[in-house]
Amino acid sequence: MSVAIPPKGQGPLAKREARLAWSLLLPTITIVSLVVILPLLSIFWISFKPIGLADLRPPAPVLRESLRGSGDEMRVEYRLRNSSQDIEITDVTIRDTWPDSLIVTGDLPTGCTLEDQQFSCDLGTLEPGFNERLRVPVMLAQGVDEDTAEEAAEGSEPEVRGEADSILTNSEFTFENFARVFDGDEFWTVMWVTLFYTVVGTIGALLFGLFAALLLNKSFRGQGILRGLYLFPYVAPVIAVAFTWVNLFDPFSGSANALLLQMGVTNEAINFFGQRPLALIMVTVFEIWRYFPLSFLFILARMQSIDTDMYEAADMDGASPFQKFWYLSLPMLLGILSVLFLLRFIWTFNKFDDIFLLTGGNAGTRTLTVNVYEQAFAISNIGAGAAVAVVIFGCLLAFSFFFFRFISREEGL
Amino acid sequence: MSFLRFGYVTGPLIGALWLFILATTVSITMSFATGDAFRPSLTIALVIGAVSGLISALPQEKRIKTATISVLVFALTLVGFGPMIMDSTQVSETFAALALALVMGWSMVAILDDQPLGALTRHEMEEAWIRFLTGFGYIFFTAIVLIPFYVMVMTSLKSQSALLQNPLDFSLDLDKGWALFRSYHELFRDFNFGTYMWTSFYVSVLTVVITLAFSIPGAYAVARLRFRGQKAFSRSILLIYMVPMIVLALPIYIAFSVTGLRNTVIGIILIYPVTTIPVALYMLQGYFRGLPGEVEEAGLMDGLNRLQVIWKITLPLALPALASVSLYVFMIAWNEFLLAFMLLDDPSKFTLTRGVAMLNSSEIPREHLMAGAVIATVPVMVLFLGLEKFMTKGLTAGSVKG
Repeated sequence: MSVAIPPKGQGPLAKREARLAWSLLLPTITIVSLVVILPLLSIFWISFKPIGLADLRPPAPVLRESLRGSGDEMRVEYRLRNSSQDIEITDVTIRDTWPDSLIVTGDLPTGCTLEDQQFSCDLGTLEPGFNERLRVPVMLAQGVDEDTAEEAAEGSEPEVRGEADSILTNSEFTFENFARVFDGDEFWTVMWVTLFYTVVGTIGALLFGLFAALLLNKSFRGQGILRGLYLFPYVAPVIAVAFTWVNLFDPFSGSANALLLQMGVTNEAINFFGQRPLALIMVTVFEIWRYFPLSFLFILARMQSIDTDMYEAADMDGASPFQKFWYLSLPMLLGILSVLFLLRFIWTFNKFDDIFLLTGGNAGTRTLTVNVYEQAFAISNIGAGAAVAVVIFGCLLAFSFFFFRFISREEGL
Repeated sequence: MSFLRFGYVTGPLIGALWLFILATTVSITMSFATGDAFRPSLTIALVIGAVSGLISALPQEKRIKTATISVLVFALTLVGFGPMIMDSTQVSETFAALALALVMGWSMVAILDDQPLGALTRHEMEEAWIRFLTGFGYIFFTAIVLIPFYVMVMTSLKSQSALLQNPLDFSLDLDKGWALFRSYHELFRDFNFGTYMWTSFYVSVLTVVITLAFSIPGAYAVARLRFRGQKAFSRSILLIYMVPMIVLALPIYIAFSVTGLRNTVIGIILIYPVTTIPVALYMLQGYFRGLPGEVEEAGLMDGLNRLQVIWKITLPLALPALASVSLYVFMIAWNEFLLAFMLLDDPSKFTLTRGVAMLNSSEIPREHLMAGAVIATVPVMVLFLGLEKFMTKGLTAGSVKG
């Protein structure tokens, strides 16, 4: 009798299932890699490039056609220009269709031909800053007046082509961007600000969330309303709440200052978002305010799933309320708290809009993410911005390593 | 902390702190409502509060204690030697004093309910403090959430010059009637906010549709089907979910500039779903895992193929989940600011958030900016409050994202 052997490898059914799975995933994989993976790779590429905001538009030949003169002294004029002042354009060609109403009377410019009303030029290389006119003397065909001829001549758009060396694709590389980013004290200031913002913001949001969850972890009338209300800061658009905060804490017309003055807490208006180190504290407070609802929601959900038997047993044993919290609730919440901490840590680290809207990165609030924008758009140095982005990505990889190593087993995330 | 274990210590201590908190709360509320000067007086509040704490720990009937404290606080406040110093009209002063007195009398007795004056057990002491902290928590959280939104709405209804004169005076002149909404009217008439709202709306809806179209099959595959690389795939979803937008925004800006997609609504519609697909995928796979697999197997046995199973069994079962995900994605798209800000320059193509950002200039009065903020906030809030159950579910399911 032969021994029964379990089948090895993938059977046809399993293969079919895997095929189906991949075909279901394919659209997502395609689009995500197109918009996430590809940009990530290009960020690395760009970070080694000496590229500014102005270099984004590749140099191109610019052409304008017009019919000039009157009577017998008529000419078609092409005004050709190199849009760049420092890069040459090669293989420049012009194609244009001429109306029948124009008859060439003189010589064509060098490199140009006219066959069957098809005008074409092969001009070779344009120097940087090239700006000249090509003139073709013409006369009007019989019975055509100047206006219609002009309309006909300028009506057909001439086509111009040329090839230029784009800084994005050539093989010029530099380490200057990274040198700039890591240069001197500024980098460490930015790192310190980022770290403060991230750590204090995350822990603050967690603690406030825990407090709010403790408040609402009982049923009473109005609990639903309060729960909805406490989520407001998170649900509202950043732009609305950030501008409201700026408005509220305005040194001249802000209500917060007026209130503090009236209560006698301070004697003169405080510029909350404009002075060090208060601005950093304020943006961190804003972060806590805006994201405590999220921690609150998660912690509350976890609390409500804790078995009440445990508390009843503790009551029988005479545990006091604080003891119950410390020895029973907190250990049960530790899992969700650590998951929240890590995820929120990463997200706070990544946060950009909030600080950008509140202070624009001024007054000592420039975090790494704001620095990307600052370098790329305010100083117009895209390469340096990309270098900062690479630094951010590196930090992120380190964080996610920690995340998967220590946390992902908990809570099944 | 053993000295706290006596009624004559804990009672006055809690009383003193509580009255100061209440006096501050009432002062701030009245200041914001009337614009007049109300402020708590620290020392007097502490003294009277301590006395009230003692009173409520006395072995008397509740009603008597409440009445005593209320009358004490009310009388002293009106005389001018109370926990709150006021400079306002007779009516609002009386109202403020009355409110403070009643709330104080009632809550003080509630907090220190059944506390003996002498030695306390650990339970009694902790419970009193917990009631105090709970009361403080409700006031604190409600205040910090409500004040910014109150300021936002009220500023949009007032003129900038009036607010410059007294930044606390949010009282409305109701005689003006519809003229109160002048800044809203101007936003819709002169600043195209109607168009922006419509753009934001259809961009968000399209984002939801495209996101679902991509993420439903993907999430189903990850959750249900067995294939090699499944683990790695579900991890990489989470990883992608953590890539900061600003890192991607830079190359996207460059790519869009080069291809001419910058400054077009099409470009925005192309890019928004990609930011939400990982979130949706992550949320949906969680839901799909939670659905009973037996129902689907029964469907397979009865001769449906996988796609039919998804369409006829899984999706109807996951309808609440789809609602949550859609709402959440809609909210992300509606609130999105960074990409719209970077990619759109032409005022005729703005989304609502980009439009509001445009109002942030020194030439445009503040009330317009705040009115814009209100316009951007109200639709999300209405959706949120109307469908709160779905929303909170959606938020807890997948979103530690911000």
